Amino acid sequence: MEWMVWTTPTAVFFAAIAAILLGMTAWELASPTVERKGFLPIATTRGDRLFIGLLSAAYIHLAVLGFTPLNLWLALGISILWLGILLRWG
Amino acid sequence: MTRSMPTTPDAVRKQAAAADARRRREARPVSRQWRRRGLMAAYILFVLLPIYWLLNMSFQSNSEILGALTLWPQDFTLEHYTRILTDSSWYMGYVNSIAYVVMNMLISISVALPAAYAFSRYRFIGDKHLFFWLLTNLMAPPAVFLLPYFQLYYTVGLFDTHVAVALAHCLFNIPLAVWILEGFMSGVPKEIDETAFIDGYSFPRFFVKIFIPMISSGIGVTLFFLFMFSWVELLLASTLTSTGAQPIGSVMTQTKGASGIDWGTLSAAGVLTILPGIIVVYFVRNHIAKGFALGRT
Amino acid sequence: MNDKLYNNRAWWLILPMLLLVAFSAIIPLMTVVNYSVQDVFDAHTRFFTGTEWFRETLNDPALQAALLRQFAFSLTVLAIEVPLGISIALLMPRKGWQASAVLILVTMPLLIPWNVVGSIWQIFTRGDIGLMGWGLRELGYGYNITRSAADAWGTIILMDVWHWTPLIALLCYSGLRAIPDAYYQAARIDRASRWAVFRYIQLPKLTNVLVIGVLLRFMHSFMIYAEPFVLTGGGPGSSTTFLSQTLTTMAIGQQDLGPSAAFSIIYFLIILLVCWIFYTAIMNLQKDKQNKGA
Repeated sequence: MEWMVWTTPTAVFFAAIAAILLGMTAWELASPTVERKGFLPIATTRGDRLFIGLLSAAYIHLAVLGFTPLNLWLALGISILWLGILLRWG
Repeated sequence: MTRSMPTTPDAVRKQAAAADARRRREARPVSRQWRRRGLMAAYILFVLLPIYWLLNMSFQSNSEILGALTLWPQDFTLEHYTRILTDSSWYMGYVNSIAYVVMNMLISISVALPAAYAFSRYRFIGDKHLFFWLLTNLMAPPAVFLLPYFQLYYTVGLFDTHVAVALAHCLFNIPLAVWILEGFMSGVPKEIDETAFIDGYSFPRFFVKIFIPMISSGIGVTLFFLFMFSWVELLLASTLTSTGAQPIGSVMTQTKGASGIDWGTLSAAGVLTILPGIIVVYFVRNHIAKGFALGRT
Repeated sequence: MNDKLYNNRAWWLILPMLLLVAFSAIIPLMTVVNYSVQDVFDAHTRFFTGTEWFRETLNDPALQAALLRQFAFSLTVLAIEVPLGISIALLMPRKGWQASAVLILVTMPLLIPWNVVGSIWQIFTRGDIGLMGWGLRELGYGYNITRSAADAWGTIILMDVWHWTPLIALLCYSGLRAIPDAYYQAARIDRASRWAVFRYIQLPKLTNVLVIGVLLRFMHSFMIYAEPFVLTGGGPGSSTTFLSQTLTTMAIGQQDLGPSAAFSIIYFLIILLVCWIFYTAIMNLQKDKQNKGA
């Protein structure tokens, strides 16, 4: 494990991803998702919306980080908000 | 259809024109066939010219190569081939490459077969996302993974072994195998599985005795692609090995000596890397020619 | 698609594959993420830098240029290889010994190790000993891939077309062979034109193989490394330095683990997005087709 040069932030990051995946699996087992059409141009399942949300979150972070002087926590806030909107209405 | 004789000059002209058009339509396939052959020949010429040039170089002595441009070997020599086939540091490169390619093919196909079956027959939690995740591994550029791989295999003590390269190539070969096999399996009607289970076949017995023979040409095609992508990849293969399992591709860099590049030996080594590929295509040509549409359209 | 059984025990069939791929994919990916937030000298000497590398990489003009070049290259080769590959597949003979012979000849470039492909073209295009380089010069064209960026680009694209068109051709050829003869007979009875046969019989049957072909081509063209590295070394200047080469130079050559890891992640995100869009579009097209067919 030593060579993987873990740091606390990255460990938290991967733990969060793993927790989200586990949570989604549990949710799926409890109440299976139905494919539906929201404001996105394609019909999506819950998992699809999560993926779109996470991918766009990555791009939001990169954009804020690379091209604006704004704080990264702001990017995180926007991303979580956007993920919530996607999951609810996407 | 009866053909009445024309009565007016206008009708005569019209009928003549129609007959003419018909004749031209019937004649077209012949000229078209020649055009097809011509175009095909032109393309094959384009494919073969660089390879011919490599072959040409490999039979020339280095002084002839650097002396004057000759369209075919004036002074036919096998010295480069003899050198490669008698020097163990050279021919072991081929042995190493073939060893890890074969290992990779065996590992990949044996884990990809059940996985592809699961994807083609069942729905389960996360199936679509898992499939997409597999595909993303197909696009993972080896350059990204070079250093972690080096560290990983060094740590588990596999550095400079054939297994290391075989496992590393699983990164893109297993997803590819699952993808291709899934297409073939989806083409097999599900009723066959159901009948077999009713007849009392257990799953493993059904899979080995009935299902695998049914998709044998799919397996052939998959093995061909596995061979291809493992054989041609060198960035990972040369990073994960030093001397014990060095692939031919990195042995070839030896030809860059202090006195410039040894073109003749480089060409001969290149020619020898093409041969295994030709043998493999020769074996699977009928499976490919039989046709595969990959999945149900 | 709807006739699949819902059964979560299918996970057991997936498991061996999953473990192997995860070993080769997830552990290294995690390591790359870890590298990207640190300045690593060795496992014990490292400093946390946070997001510094990402900021630096995103604003690095050399990397931006490499990225643009990469897109230009990938789109160009796709635009040439896909139509050419389909045409070759249509032209390939279907029967007899010619079919086998042509198949083997056409496939040959695919099975040559990538750095050998580079060497073949290096030899072929050299002005002094190569047929193409020498021929072009004899014809009066001052061909020089080490001096002229246009020549280098043209040659790399030609090489890629030579190397990879066979993949599209091979997949399409197989797809075409899978079409039952009855379809063609029906078309002949209807006196369908050659174009109509292609558009309404052959092309629909080719969608699946074309999806595989185009996706594979996009991915491989995006990570092209060995061929241009051997042929032009990225030059003249940096006119043919593509993403993978920039990355490898950074990681191996300069030992800049942090920036190259950050760049890897950005690279990966770009590919992920492009492939996801492509994949979703294709899957939806297929779903539409199935709904119409049903």
